[in-house]
Amino acid sequence: MRPVTTVAVSVDAKQTYVAEFASSEKELGGPKWLRAVRKKAMERFEALGFPNQKHEHWKYTNLATLLRLPFKPAILGRPDGVVSENLEPFKFGILKTSQLVFVNGRYAPRLSYLRSLPEGVRVTSIAEMLRSEPETLQKHLTQYARFEDDPFVALNTAFFSDGAYVEVPKGTVVGEPIHLLLVSTSRELPIVAHPRNLILMGAGSQATVIETYAGWAPDVTFTNAVTEVAAGPAAVLDHYKIQREAETAFHIATMTIHQDRDSSVSAHSVSLGGSMARNYVHTLFGAPGGSLTLNGLYMTAGTQQADNYTRIDHVAPACTSIELYRGILGGRSRGVFNGNIYVRKDAQKTVARQTNKNLLLSNEAFVDSTPGLEILADDVKCNHSSTIGQLDENAVFYLRSRGIDEEAARNILTYAFAADVINQVKVAPVRIKLDQLVVSRLPRGAGLGETL
Amino acid sequence: MLEIKDLHVKVAGKEILKGIDLSINDGEVHAVMGPNGSGKTTLAQVLAGRMTYEVTGGQARFEGKDLLAMKPEDRAREGVFMAFQYPVEIPGVSNAYFLKAAVNAIRKYHGREEIDAMDFVTLVQDKAKLLGLDETFMKRGLNEGFSGGEKKKNEVFQMAVLEPKLCVLDETDSGLDIDALRVVANGINAMRSPKRAMLVVTHYQRLLDYVVPDFVHVLVDGKIVKSGDADLARNLEKHGYGWILEETPRPPQAARA
Repeated sequence: MRPVTTVAVSVDAKQTYVAEFASSEKELGGPKWLRAVRKKAMERFEALGFPNQKHEHWKYTNLATLLRLPFKPAILGRPDGVVSENLEPFKFGILKTSQLVFVNGRYAPRLSYLRSLPEGVRVTSIAEMLRSEPETLQKHLTQYARFEDDPFVALNTAFFSDGAYVEVPKGTVVGEPIHLLLVSTSRELPIVAHPRNLILMGAGSQATVIETYAGWAPDVTFTNAVTEVAAGPAAVLDHYKIQREAETAFHIATMTIHQDRDSSVSAHSVSLGGSMARNYVHTLFGAPGGSLTLNGLYMTAGTQQADNYTRIDHVAPACTSIELYRGILGGRSRGVFNGNIYVRKDAQKTVARQTNKNLLLSNEAFVDSTPGLEILADDVKCNHSSTIGQLDENAVFYLRSRGIDEEAARNILTYAFAADVINQVKVAPVRIKLDQLVVSRLPRGAGLGETL
Repeated sequence: MLEIKDLHVKVAGKEILKGIDLSINDGEVHAVMGPNGSGKTTLAQVLAGRMTYEVTGGQARFEGKDLLAMKPEDRAREGVFMAFQYPVEIPGVSNAYFLKAAVNAIRKYHGREEIDAMDFVTLVQDKAKLLGLDETFMKRGLNEGFSGGEKKKNEVFQMAVLEPKLCVLDETDSGLDIDALRVVANGINAMRSPKRAMLVVTHYQRLLDYVVPDFVHVLVDGKIVKSGDADLARNLEKHGYGWILEETPRPPQAARA
C-alpha cells in the first residue's frame, strides 16, 4: 500500500463524512426532490453511524482500516489520468459492447462509446439524466435501494453525483451487452467514490449488462456503489458484476433488484480484488412468476477479505430463486457468505434453493458461512446447504496417478471448483475471461490455461 | 518388469501386507485373488503410490528402478497405470481436458512435445470406439454422473490412451453387468502385448474367464499363500477360499499362542 504521507488522523470517520456533506451539499445540487432525499439519507447515516462488529451482519467484517484512512470525496478529484489503454485488461476480448466508463464515480465521455442500439434504448449517465429529465429519474432513482437500515446506502444516496443509466423500453431486445466500467483511482490522497447506477427494464425487454469495477495498486480507493434494478413484467436481464479492483482498494457494493411479474433475472457476482470487498444483493419478488438465478464467486488470497450478503424476498407467490455462491480462499484471507431467503405468508408455490460452497486452500484462511431460510408459507419447495472444505485428496491422487504433477492437480481441482459458477455465464467471451482470471490466480497457473 | 520382495505395508498403523514376493515379466498377466480384507487393494494402491499407505519393509523395483521412492506422477510417467476400483468424480474438469493433460505430462517427462490437437482427437476416438463410449462422453465432467459400468470403462479407456507398460487393475470387474464386463475385458485383452504386463486384482473368477491370466496368486491375510496357473482361479470359483485357508500353515507366532 502506498505510504500515506499526509496523515490527517480522522478521529471520527462518521463526523468526517457529516462535515463533508455539509460543505458539499450545494455543490452536489440536483433537483429539489433529490436534495431532500440526500438530506434525509444523511440524517439517517448520522443516526446509524458506521457498523461495528457487534452488528449481526458485520460480525466478521473489520472496517477499522477503512474508517481510519482519510478518504477524500472524488468530487474534488479529477477524472483524468486514465487512458483507454489502461482499460484494455478489463475488456472481454472480441466481445462487442457499448461501453460507459466512470472514473471515480463520474462519467468519462472520452473513454466511452455507444454502439448502435435499438430505438428507445438509453445508455447514458445519471448526471446527464438529472440535467435533462429529472422527472423521469424521480420515479425510480433512490426508490429501490433502501437507506433506512444501511449506512453505506445512506452515504451513497447523500453523496452520489453520477453513475450509469440504462433504460430498455417495452418489448425491446438489446443483443449486444452493455459494459459499465467503473474505475477507481487515486494519486496523493485516498479517494472515495459513490457511483449510483440505475437499470430499468421495460415489460418484455431483454438485455445483458456487465458492471466491471477496476483499479490499480498502489492506489488507495474506496468505492461505495449502489445499483438499482427494476425488471418489468416478463423482462429478461442477464447481469454480471465483476470486481477487479486493486489489492489496496476498499469496495462496498449494494445491488437492489425489484422483479415484476414473470420477469427473469440472472445476476452473477465475481469478486476477485480489493483489500476489503463486500457485496450485498437484495432481490424482491413483488409479483408472481418471477425467476432469479443468483450466482457468486469469490476468490481471495493474502490478507484479502471478501463478504457476500444476499437477501431474497419472496413476497409474491410462484417465484423461483436459485442461488449458488462459491468461495476459494487462500493465504490468510477471510470470507463471509450470509444468505437470507424470506418466504412471506402469501408466497405459496415458492421454489428457493440456496447453496454455498467454500474451498479453503490454506490452514490460515477463514470463512464464515451462514445460510438462512425463513418460511411463513406452507406450500413451498425450499432448501439450503453450505459446505466448507479442502481439496479432496482422493481426487488429487487420482490426477497424479495419471502423470499430472501435484501442483497442477491441485490447480485443476481448484479451477474445477470455480467452474460450476463460471460455466453458467452465458456470454462466451465473458466466460473465457473469467476462466483466465481464475486460472491466473492459481499458483503458476499460467501453464494450466493453455490447455483449458 | 516388476520385482516385489518381502513387501510390508501398514495402513492406519495396522499391518496389511506381511511380506509379499511377486515377480512379473514382460508380456505376463498375473491375477491376484483373495477374500475380502486380504490386502489385494492395498497391494494395487501401494504400487500406484497412495500416500496413506506406509511401506514398513521390503521393496518393489520397476524396470530396475526403486518404484516406492517415486512420486505417484512419476510412476505413471514411467509406465505404471492403476485402474481404480472407485474412480473419482470431478465435475468441472472434462474427460478431454483431463486426458490431454495426462498425455502431455507423460510426454513432457520423456522429453517429447505436446500432442497435436488433431492427433489427440484421432487417438481418443479410436480408443473410445474400442470401449463403446460415445462422443459426448469426452465433453462431460470427469466421471461426473457416470454409472458404475461407465466409470470402469473410462478407466480402461484411459489405460488404452496412455499405453502404460504395467497395468494394475483393481477390482475392475466389480459392479459390472455381463455386457459391460465383456466390453471391459475386450478392452483389456486388446492391450495384451509381449511388452506389456498386467496385474489383475479381483475377488471373483468372472473377469478371468475373459482375461485369462498366465499366473494366479492367492492372497490371504497379507501374504501370497498359493500360486498357480489359470486353473487355480477356476478351483477357487468352485470351492471358495476355504480349502486354501485349511492348507495354509499357521504362522509360528500364532501357533505358539
